[in-house]
Amino acid sequence: MLRVENLTKRFEGLVAVHELNFNVTQGEILAIIGPNGAGKSTVFNLITGTLKPSSGRIFLEDQNITGLKPYQIASRGLSRTFQTTSLFDQLRVIDNMLIGYKYRTQLGFWNTLFHTPRWRAHQKEAFERAMETLNFLGLAQKSEQFVPALSQEEQKRLAIGIALVSKPKILLLDEPTGGLIQEETDRVTDLIRKIRDQGTTVCVIEHKMQMIMGLVDRIVVLNYGEKIAEGSPAEVKSDQTVIRAYLGEEVDA
Amino acid sequence: MFTKPIHTKLLYIVIFVAALLLPWYVPDAYIFQVVITSVIFGIAASGMNLILGYTGQATLAHGAFFGIGAYGVAIMTEAGISFWLALPAAALISAAVGLVVGVLTLRTKGAYFAIVTLCFGVIAWIVAGNWIELTGGHNGIYGLGDPTPIPFPFFGPIEFTTQTSMYFLSLAALLVVLFALYRLVYSVFGLSLMAVRNNEPLADAVGINTFATKVISFVAGNFIAGIAGGIYAIMMASVSPSATSYLLTFNFLIFVILGGMATLPGPVFGAFAIPVLMEFLQFLQDYRHLIFGALLIAVIIYFPQGFVGGLRRLNQKIAARRKQKTSES
Repeated sequence: MLRVENLTKRFEGLVAVHELNFNVTQGEILAIIGPNGAGKSTVFNLITGTLKPSSGRIFLEDQNITGLKPYQIASRGLSRTFQTTSLFDQLRVIDNMLIGYKYRTQLGFWNTLFHTPRWRAHQKEAFERAMETLNFLGLAQKSEQFVPALSQEEQKRLAIGIALVSKPKILLLDEPTGGLIQEETDRVTDLIRKIRDQGTTVCVIEHKMQMIMGLVDRIVVLNYGEKIAEGSPAEVKSDQTVIRAYLGEEVDA
Repeated sequence: MFTKPIHTKLLYIVIFVAALLLPWYVPDAYIFQVVITSVIFGIAASGMNLILGYTGQATLAHGAFFGIGAYGVAIMTEAGISFWLALPAAALISAAVGLVVGVLTLRTKGAYFAIVTLCFGVIAWIVAGNWIELTGGHNGIYGLGDPTPIPFPFFGPIEFTTQTSMYFLSLAALLVVLFALYRLVYSVFGLSLMAVRNNEPLADAVGINTFATKVISFVAGNFIAGIAGGIYAIMMASVSPSATSYLLTFNFLIFVILGGMATLPGPVFGAFAIPVLMEFLQFLQDYRHLIFGALLIAVIIYFPQGFVGGLRRLNQKIAARRKQKTSES
């Protein structure tokens, strides 16, 4: 599904990601974990085109997407969320969904100006898909509300929804439960599981070990921009290098 | 999904009827001229609102594109081309120049974009004043003829010799522009403009080509400016470099900000209300600019969506209170 080959990113004097290789296979949930500053978010930014790699290549379903712009990568079926919840906070919940779905439609300038038959069909389709996704997220009741009226958990769900509404092949989630309490974390974890069960491949960055262990199929561990371990949750948990990197702090949680 | 409450619709109908009947109750030719100018400036400000209000790109070249439309119509009608052909052609030239300028400048963001477009505005003004063979220099082009009559069955041809006919011409253009903007803004396409304004990295991440979106908005807004400029030229029967001036840009900017950014009626309201306000403050002479400046700052801080946005907020508060009352009783 997604293949990263020898990915390297150097900022001035600093190697943020070094010769990284990993695969995300169809239908799995893969976690990327690592201490703060390990380069996790940088990896996401490289995959999604927000940053340009210094070297290495990225393939989405065997198509080389290295160096493409973020909107081009998104329209090839790779969606993402951001570490700090990123929403269209001046707009309503439903509007956020419609924007997320826009690239899948022909709702451009001329079709909109002249209300062509294609415009009618696509506008209807966009609304239906937006409502379907809001139902799935449990936010259908809030569709007409403005984003600041939502709770933190609802905002996290909405951020996932914006990425999910376009039916991506793979979804990259950057700390989807960051800042949430246990109860909320559990609910969002369930949501991620449901997304995978519907056939979307998921790649997630997380800090909360307990959540990761119960959710994911495989884990890639980064430290100082390098992969130090890869395997099932059980394998990673007992890996000596990983325990050393974390100084045992969270792994046994 | 994008509907309006009934009383708002009623208000629009009343304003529309009042606008249709205006030539029969307007007191004198001077005020009539001010009204027509406001209609034309309302068109231009609406175009600026698409770029600035909805897409969030602070263009300061709008006067220049207004001027390109004005000079376009003046030069083409002088050359014997019919006004009805010259107007869309001039607007297209405005849009085409907008495309070139947009592609070059929209890579810059925020204040940088504002500065670059301001520079273009000043350049356009200098060109208008100095390319004497084309623009007539600082004297401009004058003595433009009226638009040719439109043949019309039963009633005979519609002439464009009177103020009233000029008023209806501008009003029709304003309504067409507002209708087009209404369609564009209240749609998924419109949402993609607001997405760029609100959170560009996220818009990019969900597959929206933000650069192309900005260019489309800029070109469409400048097309509208060109239409307004073209009508202005034929109404004044002349054009001079002041029609491209950055002072005009700042007038449009004030109409948009005080009237209400990212609201359709706001800029039109601004184009009507500000000249009236200025007239009322006449007794203060030059001090009125002080008051005006203070007013502008106050509106930006307390009513970021201007007068129309403030009204809407008030409306929502009243509606919420009513709802509360009915649920209590």
